[in-house]
Amino acid sequence: MSTTQVTPVSATGAPPAGGNRRPPRVRRPDARGRSAATRRSPGAVVVLIALAVLAVITLLPVLLAALNAVKSPADYVANGPLALPRSFDLTGITSFWQSVDFTGKLLNSVLISGSVAVIAVVLSLLTAYAIGIGRIRGSFGVLAVFMVAFTLPQEALIYPLYVMAKAVGLYDTKLSVIIVLAVLQSAFGTYLLSSVLHTFPAEVLEAARMDGAGTFRVLWSIVMPLTRPTLVVLATFFFIWTWNEFFIPLVLLPSNENQTVSVALGALFGQYTSDPVTSAAAALVGVLPALVFFLVFQRTLMKGVNIGAVK
Amino acid sequence: MTSQPVTSEPLTRTTTTATRRRSRGGYLPYLLPGAIGFLLVVAVPAVANAWLSLTSWSGVGDPTFIGLDNYVRLLGDDTFWKSFANSVAIIIAMAILPTGVGLFLSAVLFDFIAPRFGGRTATTLRAMFYLPQIIPIAVAGVLWGFLLQPQTGIVNSSLRAAGLDGLAQNWLGDPALALPTVMIILVWLQLGYTIVIFMSGMARIDPSLNEAADLDGASWLQRFWVITVNELRPEIAVVLLTTTVAALKVFAPIYVLTSGGPGNATIVPSYFAFYNFFTTTQVGYGAAISTVLAVLLTALAVVLLWLQKREDKHA
Repeated sequence: MSTTQVTPVSATGAPPAGGNRRPPRVRRPDARGRSAATRRSPGAVVVLIALAVLAVITLLPVLLAALNAVKSPADYVANGPLALPRSFDLTGITSFWQSVDFTGKLLNSVLISGSVAVIAVVLSLLTAYAIGIGRIRGSFGVLAVFMVAFTLPQEALIYPLYVMAKAVGLYDTKLSVIIVLAVLQSAFGTYLLSSVLHTFPAEVLEAARMDGAGTFRVLWSIVMPLTRPTLVVLATFFFIWTWNEFFIPLVLLPSNENQTVSVALGALFGQYTSDPVTSAAAALVGVLPALVFFLVFQRTLMKGVNIGAVK
Repeated sequence: MTSQPVTSEPLTRTTTTATRRRSRGGYLPYLLPGAIGFLLVVAVPAVANAWLSLTSWSGVGDPTFIGLDNYVRLLGDDTFWKSFANSVAIIIAMAILPTGVGLFLSAVLFDFIAPRFGGRTATTLRAMFYLPQIIPIAVAGVLWGFLLQPQTGIVNSSLRAAGLDGLAQNWLGDPALALPTVMIILVWLQLGYTIVIFMSGMARIDPSLNEAADLDGASWLQRFWVITVNELRPEIAVVLLTTTVAALKVFAPIYVLTSGGPGNATIVPSYFAFYNFFTTTQVGYGAAISTVLAVLLTALAVVLLWLQKREDKHA
């Protein structure tokens, strides 16, 4: 049996890591004389330049924020937003950091996103195990329900959730957001993992059962190790989705000391209109964690974007 | 165990059926945590919300049952219709434009740039287009707010520096410009997603199709239409549906950039529901708006599920 069968990548028909395997001919020196398909004509260079310009325009907002976040306000006023910084002044960043207690917001976001990622993966795996391997009756119906669950707009759940959280004393606690988001995201995880586990090699399970392994033993020592790549991709996605989540924390975590990075920044909009350097600093400080995730998880993300296609 | 398949077969079969029968029941406990969570976080709130849509309630005291009055009121409410009309604009910005432009750009990257300038060039460009996708939406709001600020923002000060004072506008504050501006920001946000999906889909197209077409003298554009677009139909369908769902649900960009304003210029259903829940505390009315949205989205989910089931059968 092969483990490739259980990665989400092959389950959704996507290519292996990197996602962009080219035929080897492209780098061969003799490609020059081959056909029009691989020639670097002047026209081709123009196309490349046009795409590069477009890509730089895409990055421009972030680059401009970085450029202006390190200027002194006087420099910004005197030389305008497009000039390279003539001063290197981190006051914008430090004053923003302190005024919103950004360290606290980062810790809240890490705690909430980490907990949601772990709990949602466990929930997804347990349910998907019953559906995909246990083949319980009505699996398709169960899956359809989960599918609907992650398409439902959060607005159609939020008011009752808000009332319920208040009733049990969980309103304005991180726990309420963790529970709600873990369940909502596990709906997606269950949907994905069920189809992955459905193709799990039957002979492996059969062998384990004949050796007398119980259902939990099979899950723990066979299914989990073999699906680990998928679980890691799922956890990464859950972490980032939760990090970016806006609506649920906005409603359920009103107090300043519980706020996440996303909500804290969203609430800031327009507050610093008179102070462009601090706005740029706020934007830059908000982009940085996301940029770190992107660089750290780039392979996982690109590999797994296809699984996110359903979301 | 594979060493003696023949001798053990009859025995295996009986054991299997017995194990299966026992294990069916044995698997039910694994459903329990998910089922309880689903019940508390999705099922009960969804039903409660649908019930609230039949009441008049300010959030305190007891809701008063008023039947379908909220829905009747919705039909005559201009803001409600405006919010769905804006949804169409958001669908264009988040689903249709990124799918069309993304399809073209990924074909250029995959089919034109990569063979000539190497796969690394294509993947680097792809990563650059993908970047906005990883920025939290609220941060993207702060970023664009900084760029578009009417007096000191980069867009307007650059226009003024170029002597184009007439083009400097209050981009998010002018009722005529707010929606188009939000749309441009959403295209910026979504393009990377469609490019990544389409490029990985293109890797699965049989290269001999393109080679044969090339030999037959087909131009790049002809191959794009006939082969790429045709072969990518499953990806295009899934991307269109999922991005349409996302467009109908859009909340954070509107909340952060415009709060639905100026006036109702950029109001969308989710923001309209939120506004009724927590600002005007007309909970029943908010519940009715969100119920309409939920029904619409569920219908789309059913289509998606049906598409995927059909895909599975083909595979």
